[in-house]
Amino acid sequence: MSSAHDFDAGSVVGEDRLPGEPSAAAPGALGAEIRGYLIGLALSVLLTIAAFWALHTPLIYGPSIMMAIVVLAVAQMGIHLVFFLHLTTAPDNLNNALALAFGVLIVGLIVFGSVWVMNHLNQNMLPNLQLMQMQR
Amino acid sequence: MSTPAIHASDPYHLGRHPSGGPEYTGAGGGGPAPKRIVVGYGFWIFILSDVIMFSVLFATYAVLANNRAGGPGPHELFDLHTTATETGLLLLSSFVCGMASLAMAYRNQLWTQLSLLVTGLLGAGFLTLEAREFAGFVAQGAGPTRSAFLSAFFTLVGCHGIHVTAGLLWLGTMMAQIYAKGFRQNVRHRFLCFTLFWHALDIIWVGIFSLVYLIAEVLP
Repeated sequence: MSSAHDFDAGSVVGEDRLPGEPSAAAPGALGAEIRGYLIGLALSVLLTIAAFWALHTPLIYGPSIMMAIVVLAVAQMGIHLVFFLHLTTAPDNLNNALALAFGVLIVGLIVFGSVWVMNHLNQNMLPNLQLMQMQR
Repeated sequence: MSTPAIHASDPYHLGRHPSGGPEYTGAGGGGPAPKRIVVGYGFWIFILSDVIMFSVLFATYAVLANNRAGGPGPHELFDLHTTATETGLLLLSSFVCGMASLAMAYRNQLWTQLSLLVTGLLGAGFLTLEAREFAGFVAQGAGPTRSAFLSAFFTLVGCHGIHVTAGLLWLGTMMAQIYAKGFRQNVRHRFLCFTLFWHALDIIWVGIFSLVYLIAEVLP
């Protein structure tokens, strides 16, 4: 069994072995794996700091700070998927990526659809609300 | 395998391989996928369904966030220092969980148990901070019954907290099983599912601290 094509929790060192069977992992594989997690951690910390920093910075145009925070959050989710969950498009992992793409579609429909519809509803209901307040 | 074909060295190559090698099960050749691939895929589907459930709670919160019924809003309630600490604890917990999966891959009982213990302690620290935050809100009269905003807030963030609690119970169970049963294949597959669950919880938290706590600061 070759170790390069095994994905146990995305780890190339974690191939399925029989008990007592020696590891087929290449020397130095552990260092590379740890480095991957460290890169993920560093990027996540950077993106988190950037999100907190974006709140009060004069460098970003006020009304667009919200969008900046959303972008930083989506970027950090991507970092987690790649470096912690080891999501790739390798053959054994492709089904996971396709399922994720479908999940993202549903999440997008639910969140943006709800916000969009309910905001329009609020706008259309506004005169009635004012009417109710006037009748009090 | 001693084939000199280029595809043999390229795990990202799609389609049937000319060498007929057995290793690319995901591409349709080479027979059924190994069990850990199937187990991981099944649990990934569960996680995605969980993410969709959270997306409904996120949508509910986004719709109701401004309906405060004269009660306190995010500006009076949220303390971003707590949020930052919680974020750091959960991120570190996720990282140490990755270290545990490496120790697991190397069949190292001591490092597996140690890193799982640290993972659990960081997760427990997160939960403690969150429970203290919730108790503070309720003490200020800002419980889940106060306004639609607070109902949606407690449902969304509380649901994540319940997931972390369940994850901690699962983590304790995994530590006991790894200790008692060793690195058996079924134990390793359960552990694979646990790491997926724990990392996914951190991804949900990224959404919560950004879309609930941070955005509330810039909204009127």
